[in-house]
Amino acid sequence: MTKPISIAAKTRQIVKKHGNAKGAVIAVLQDLQEAFNYLPKEALKTAAKAMDVPMSRIYEAATFYTAFSLEPRGKHVVKICKGTACHVRGAAILQDRFETTLGIKPGGTTKDGLFSLETVNCVGACALGPVVVINTEYHGQVTISKVDKIIKKINKEEGAQ
Amino acid sequence: MSGNTDKQSHAILDNLTLYYGPKRKFVAICAGTGCRAYGSLKVKDALEAELKKQNMADVDVLATGCLGFCEKGPMMIIHPDKYFYQSVKESDIPEIVEKTIGRGEAISRLLYRHPETKKTLFREEDLPFYKKQLRAVFGKNGMIDPSRIEDYFAIDGYQALAKVLAEMTPEQVISEVKKAGLRGRGGGGFPAAVKWEGVRKAAGEPKYVIANGDEGDPGAYMDRSLMEGNPHSVIEGMIIGAYAVGSNHGYIYVRNEYPLAVENLSKAIEAARANGLLGKNILGTDFSFDIQINKGAGAFVCGESSALFASIEGRAGEPRAKYVHAVDKGLYDKPTVLNNVETWANVPLIINKGADWFASIGTEGSKGTKIFSLVGKINNTGLVEVPMGTTLYEIIYDMGGGITGGRKFKAVQTGGPSGGCIPESLLDLPVDFDRLYEVGSMMGSGGMIVMDDTSCMVDVARYFLEFLKEESCGKCVPCREGVRRMSEILEDICAGRGREGDIELLETMSAAIADGSLCALGGSAPNPVLSTIRHFREEYEAHIRDHRCPAGVCKALISYNIDAEKCTGCGVCVKVCATKAITGELKKVHTIDNEKCTRCGACIQSCKFDAIYVK
Amino acid sequence: MVNMIIDGKNVTARKDTMLLEAIRGAGISVPTLCAHESVSRSGACRLCVVEIKKGNRTRIVTSCLYGVEEGLIVNTKSERVLNVRRLVMELLLARCPESDVLQKMAEDMGIEAQTRYAVDTDKGKCILCRSCVRVCEEVVGVSAIGLFSRGSYKEVGTPYHEPSDACIGCGACVYVCPTGHIEMTSTGETRKIWGRTFKMQACTKCGKYFAPVDQLKFISKKTGTSIDELAVCTECR
Repeated sequence: MTKPISIAAKTRQIVKKHGNAKGAVIAVLQDLQEAFNYLPKEALKTAAKAMDVPMSRIYEAATFYTAFSLEPRGKHVVKICKGTACHVRGAAILQDRFETTLGIKPGGTTKDGLFSLETVNCVGACALGPVVVINTEYHGQVTISKVDKIIKKINKEEGAQ
Repeated sequence: MSGNTDKQSHAILDNLTLYYGPKRKFVAICAGTGCRAYGSLKVKDALEAELKKQNMADVDVLATGCLGFCEKGPMMIIHPDKYFYQSVKESDIPEIVEKTIGRGEAISRLLYRHPETKKTLFREEDLPFYKKQLRAVFGKNGMIDPSRIEDYFAIDGYQALAKVLAEMTPEQVISEVKKAGLRGRGGGGFPAAVKWEGVRKAAGEPKYVIANGDEGDPGAYMDRSLMEGNPHSVIEGMIIGAYAVGSNHGYIYVRNEYPLAVENLSKAIEAARANGLLGKNILGTDFSFDIQINKGAGAFVCGESSALFASIEGRAGEPRAKYVHAVDKGLYDKPTVLNNVETWANVPLIINKGADWFASIGTEGSKGTKIFSLVGKINNTGLVEVPMGTTLYEIIYDMGGGITGGRKFKAVQTGGPSGGCIPESLLDLPVDFDRLYEVGSMMGSGGMIVMDDTSCMVDVARYFLEFLKEESCGKCVPCREGVRRMSEILEDICAGRGREGDIELLETMSAAIADGSLCALGGSAPNPVLSTIRHFREEYEAHIRDHRCPAGVCKALISYNIDAEKCTGCGVCVKVCATKAITGELKKVHTIDNEKCTRCGACIQSCKFDAIYVK
Repeated sequence: MVNMIIDGKNVTARKDTMLLEAIRGAGISVPTLCAHESVSRSGACRLCVVEIKKGNRTRIVTSCLYGVEEGLIVNTKSERVLNVRRLVMELLLARCPESDVLQKMAEDMGIEAQTRYAVDTDKGKCILCRSCVRVCEEVVGVSAIGLFSRGSYKEVGTPYHEPSDACIGCGACVYVCPTGHIEMTSTGETRKIWGRTFKMQACTKCGKYFAPVDQLKFISKKTGTSIDELAVCTECR
C-alpha cells in the first residue's frame, strides 16, 4: 500500500474525475461516501471549493438524500427493508429485535463501531420478505432467530480477529 | 463470442442465427437479486465447474435476470428440453449435469408439483404461475445473459431500431406509438406518444430523453428486473424515442438501492456503443444519441419528474411548482421526454410487432400488457406479466396460488404510497389504469401487495403515511406539515389514543392536502387513508371506540397469551424473550406478564406448538 | 391584455403577469406568506391558491405562479380554496404557536388553531417560506444559508450550524422574513447573526456604525468601488 492519501487530496481527485462539473454534485457525494464510508466535513468543504458550488448547496444535497451520512458509519451496515411487502410480513418485529439487541435506533451506530442500523424503503427484493441487507449481502425470509444468528456471527468473526 | 465489436451488427446477426439454433443446449440460471440471495451464483459456479468436469464445457450457461417465479429460487431452465427446475442446490448439480444435460432425463424432485392435482410439471409454460401470463416484455429475460449483447441480438434485438432508422420518419414512429395506445407504466398512465409529440414540436435545444428507473413504490420491482435482466430493451426503446423526438442525449436515472441494475445497464451501454448502436452516426445514419446513467441517492420524491430533474442537475430533489410541462421545460429547462423503464421496454415490441398487435391486447383505454409484482401474503410470490384487463382474482388466485397458509384474503394494495387498498368484494375488477382509479387506487408502477386477515388496515394506512412523512421533500406546507399531522393521528389511533371525530378530520385534511399540495407526492398522499376508510371504516371504529385491533397487529391494543392446552413447557419462548416477560417451570404451562411484554413477536415465531395467541 | 372573470367581475390584466397580481389589481385580497417582491417565487406556502376554470375543468392552482390567461374564470373564495387556506393556517399555527404574525393573520381569516394537532416547540417562528435563502442567493449572491434535511426535519441555517465564512452579515434575510424568525442583535460596533459576530464600519464622516465591514468588502470586490468610498454612510454620501 502506498501512503494514505489525505481527505482533501482524495476529494479533489474525485471532483476532477467528474470533470469539475457543477451538475455532478450528487455523483461526487456518492463517490465521497464510498471512499470514506461517510461524508467528512473536510471533504464537503474541499468539494465545494473545487466545484465552485456554495457550501450551502452541497450541504443541502448531503442532508436531503438518505444514502448520505454525515457521521462515520459502523463497519457493518444493517439495512432493514421497510417496503410494504416486508411490512406485512413482519419487518417491524425484526427492527425491534435489532434495536433491542444492538441497543441502537435506526441512524445509530454501536459504541464499538461494529454496527450501524438503517431502514430503507424497499430494496426491491419483495419476494424474499422480510429482507435485511447487511453491507451488500441480502438475507431473505428473516426471522427473529435469524437476526440473533446474524448478530452473533458478526460479533464472533470480529472478536476472533 | 467476444471480439466481434468492429463488425456491423447485421453480420453479427447472421452468425448468431447459426449459433443460437433451436437445438442449442444451454442452461438459464436466474441471477436476479432474489435468486442471488438464495445462492444462485454459487449454483452457477458449481454448474460451470461440473460441466467442465464431465466434458460438456460447450454447454452455454446464462446467468439471466429475474425469471419471475421468485418464490422458488434459485431456478433454472435447461434447454432445448426446457425443463424447469426450482429451489436448486449446489449438491443437485452433478446429477443435473449427468442426467438432464447429458442424457435429457428430468429429475423429478426438482420439478414443480401442482399443489392441488399433485401432478409433476416439466416446463415453465405448464406451471399455473406462468400459464395465463402473456410475457411479451418480461419473458425474454430467460433467453438473455444481460452481460452479452449477442443474446439480445439473437432474439431480434435492435431490429426495431434498424427498422426505424431505415424505413420510418420520426413522425411515423410517433404515430405508430400513438396508434398502439401506449400509456406510461410508471404512475398516472399518461399517453407516451402525446409526450413525444410535444417534445418533437417544442422549441428549445437540446432535447433530452430520460428513463425513470427510480422505482420507489415499495413492493414493486419490475423495473429493477428489466434493467437487470434485459437492459438492452430499455436502451433500444430510448434510442427509438430519441430518434422520434430529435434528441441526442439521454439519461437513465436508477435508484440507489439497485447496484446490479447500474452494473448491467453500464455494461449494456458500453456494448451498444461498441456495436455502433449508441454514439455518433448510429448504424451508419446521421442520427447520434448517447446515454448516461445517473444514480439516485435515496429519495422517493425523485420519481416525480421535476424532482428527478433537480437531482440530475445536482441539487436536492425538490419538485418545482410547474404550470409549464416537462415537454417544454424539463431537465435544465429544456424539452424533455420522461418515461419509466417498463414503458421504454415496450417500444421495440410495438415497432417489431406493429401497433395493431399491441392495441389488440388489453382493454379499451389501456393497451398491451403490464408487469405486476405479486408480493405479501401470497403463495406464489413473483413478477407476473398479463394483458391489461386481467382480473385481480385471476392474478391473485390463478397465478398467485392464493393466500399463504390458507388464510382469508383481506385486501390487495396497489399503486404504492399513492394508491389504495382494494377489498375482497372487488376481486373481479379487471385491472387497468382507469378501473383502479375508479375504486380509489391506481396503477402506479405495478406493485400488488396481498394482505390477509392478519393485516390491520389502519396500521397499513399508518405505515404509508409514515413512509410519506419521511419522504416528503418538505417544500410545501400541506405535504410537509399535513402528512405529518395525519401520521400522528393515525399513530394515536393505533396506540389506542384515537378520538371521536378523528375519521372525519382525516377526511377533511385529505381533501385539502390533495388540493393544496405542490406535487403529486402530496397530492396523492391521502389515498392510502381514504381508501382504507372507504373500504374498512369499521376497523377504524374498532380502534377508536372499542380500543380493539381486530387483526391483532397494533401492539397497544393486543395482549399475548399462552394456551394452556398447547403449551408443553419447553422453555424456548423464555429464552428468546428479550424483556424476560415469560416465566414458568420446565414442562409446566408458562405465563406471560403483559406489563413486561413488548409484543415483539419473538415468542410466537419460536413456539413450535402454536401455543401463544394474540387477543 | 387578457380578459378574465375573477369572482364574477370582468378583469383585464397585462399579459405575462401572474394571477396573484391580476387578482390584487382587481381589489381582491389574497393572503400570502412566501411571495416576497424581492425574490423569485417557490409556491411553498400555498396560501394564495385559487380555483380556476377552463372549459369544463376546474382545478386549484397557486396564483403566485400561474400566469394570466384569456378567458380564465377564477374563484378566489370557493369552498375548496378556503379549505386549503384553513388547513395551511392551522398547520402553521401548530408549527409556530409563538408567531404573532400568524395569529393575527389567522384571526383576520376567521381561523382558529386546530386543537387536535400536537404543537411544536422546536421550530421557532420559521415557516420555511424560503425567502431568506432566496434573497441570500439571488439578491446578495453569497448563498450563506440553505434548506437542510427534508420533510418535517427541514430547517433553514448555515451548514453544520456553524458561523459561515460566506455570510457578510448584511441582514437581508432578516428583512425578508415574514415572521421575524431570524435573530439579529446589535451592540453598535458589532452585529450578531447566524451565530457569527461581525465588526461594524463606522461612517468616516458622521461616525455612526452603519454596515458590517465584511459586507462593504464584498461590495467593493463586486463593484470595484474603493473601501474608502464605501466607508461613508448613505446619509453622508
